[in-house]
Amino acid sequence: MSLLTIKDLVKTYPRPATAGAQGAGAAAGLHRVVDIGEFSLAAAEQLALRGESGSGKTTFLNLIAGILAPDRGSILLAGREITGLGEAGRDRLRAETIGYIFQTFNLLQGHTVLENVELGMAFGRGVDRTHAIELLRRVGLGDKHGHFPGQLSTGQQQRVAVARALANRPKLVLADEPTGNLDRRNAREALYLIREVCREEGAALLLVSHDERVLAQFEQMKDFAFLNRALAV
Amino acid sequence: MILNLIYRSLRQHALSTLVTAGSIALASGLLLTVWVVKTQSQAVFAQTNSGFDAVLGARGSKLQLVLNSIFHLESSPGNISAADFEALRRNPLIGGAIKTAIPIAVGDSFQGWRVVGTGEKLFAEIEYAPGKRYAFAPGGRNFKLGAHEAVIGSFAAKRLGWRLGTTFHPQHGVSEKAERDHDEVYTVVGILEPTSTPVDRVIWIPLEGIQTMSGHNPLAKADLSAVLIQLRAPTAGLMASNLINQSGGKLTFAYPIGTIVAELFNKIGWFDQVLTLLAWLVAAVASGSVLVSIYNSMSARARDIAILRALGARRRTVFGAVVGEAAVIGVLGAALGFAVYAVLGGAVAAIIQAQTGVVLEPWKFNAVFWWAPATLVGLCVLGGFVPAFKAYRVPVAETIAPVS
Repeated sequence: MSLLTIKDLVKTYPRPATAGAQGAGAAAGLHRVVDIGEFSLAAAEQLALRGESGSGKTTFLNLIAGILAPDRGSILLAGREITGLGEAGRDRLRAETIGYIFQTFNLLQGHTVLENVELGMAFGRGVDRTHAIELLRRVGLGDKHGHFPGQLSTGQQQRVAVARALANRPKLVLADEPTGNLDRRNAREALYLIREVCREEGAALLLVSHDERVLAQFEQMKDFAFLNRALAV
Repeated sequence: MILNLIYRSLRQHALSTLVTAGSIALASGLLLTVWVVKTQSQAVFAQTNSGFDAVLGARGSKLQLVLNSIFHLESSPGNISAADFEALRRNPLIGGAIKTAIPIAVGDSFQGWRVVGTGEKLFAEIEYAPGKRYAFAPGGRNFKLGAHEAVIGSFAAKRLGWRLGTTFHPQHGVSEKAERDHDEVYTVVGILEPTSTPVDRVIWIPLEGIQTMSGHNPLAKADLSAVLIQLRAPTAGLMASNLINQSGGKLTFAYPIGTIVAELFNKIGWFDQVLTLLAWLVAAVASGSVLVSIYNSMSARARDIAILRALGARRRTVFGAVVGEAAVIGVLGAALGFAVYAVLGGAVAAIIQAQTGVVLEPWKFNAVFWWAPATLVGLCVLGGFVPAFKAYRVPVAETIAPVS
């Protein structure tokens, strides 16, 4: 059964004043960034999307997460139509259903490691400290609860981000270039960890990256350039 | 969750939190001090009469007469002759209304502390407040008429370091730079227990001691500076006031004392208003500092806010967290304000006691204790709305990550 189903999803941004002539399919003054005909992801499925910088893949993830609202189209996530929800509804759905791993980790520097993980569940089902501690143990940071992000290595910071993304027991984890800021060894370990923990938690994983070494790890990989019709024009 | 966010943000910005709360505390302490001193001093001064209803003195300002004879401030408006007072006393309309009359003579001092002449009756018979009579510290007693003996108020004794048996030469004049020492030597025979009235600041000697002091005008040896009067009934005061003040004679009858002192506060009412206005301005500036402090940190916080939003925090949650942070800073500042007030209010009360003998009670309940902190917290919350609105509008996608 499909966890995520997307149809005719379009997102445009205002075209910069200095931009050139409008391309086909672009509304006057608007620049089409994402234009997806059909896309789906099954529950617990792990899929990698290959995409170069500026290809619109972060915007695509932000649309799925409900951080951005599309111009039109449909995003059905866990049986709920995201595009039909208001901003507060999307916030709640994101807090309860989605885990997000960012390239730059996006940890709150003023919060301890444990507090950062707890933030991942704070706006959804509520804080479950036992689960947060268990996740930190699972990512190998069982002894770093009281540390602040600045006291950790980049590899350790990304592990905290992984634990935080899984904290709300999400159905879907979105990972945006999650290894982009890591060296080769840490990148390998982080990727293994993300996939392993998602598998254990039964969460689907949608990862976008331009790094072939990362993409090669996935059994299922799609090219975002083929998926995103906005890139074809 | 909001409380957690507030706590962690305050912890993260601990220094600016403390500095901002400190400025609120100073403002709050200043406001409390100004308000309490203003309201309490007005009430306490108006109630201070040392147990007397009226003062009889030379023709002139009633306020000056009261300040000089009750508060032992200001210069004397002049002398009255004992004969004039006795003539007045024989007047059946006025004499019958007087329950007790205590004459005083002023004009001397010791190192700035006023030396006042009076009768034995003051300490033997007068209640300086309802049910309260003067008492002497152990071993002390009242002076004897005709003797070079002195009774000293508790505050003056403490400041001068005098004990029973201490001797001194009264000095001519009432300023700290008195003109010369008189030849007479007086001995302290009694130290009064504290009364929290201006009496505590005075060195008392027998009346004729002042009148006949070496160097004083021998022609004025029967003159009085004023007569402190207790009346049989309040209506008698109004009658005496009308009779004496409207007769155009040489005397002034200052009655009622509380109303006359209140006139003083009416005259300096503008000063009160300026002080209060200043205190409110300081409070407004301090509340503004909450706005500026949080607002200036918003650029640095925008990313944190975007992260929180990406994790599912609603706009109203981050808005509430920022407003709550401003409120907590306000509460913290208002609480610390009481510590500032303890120091500032205590110091002002001590100065007032030293200068006038009137004792203020800084911790006696005053409505300002709740409305000033509440208003300051309210102003801080208002100040928090501006950065909170900025937090509310943080664009999540643009702030959180570069678009790829």
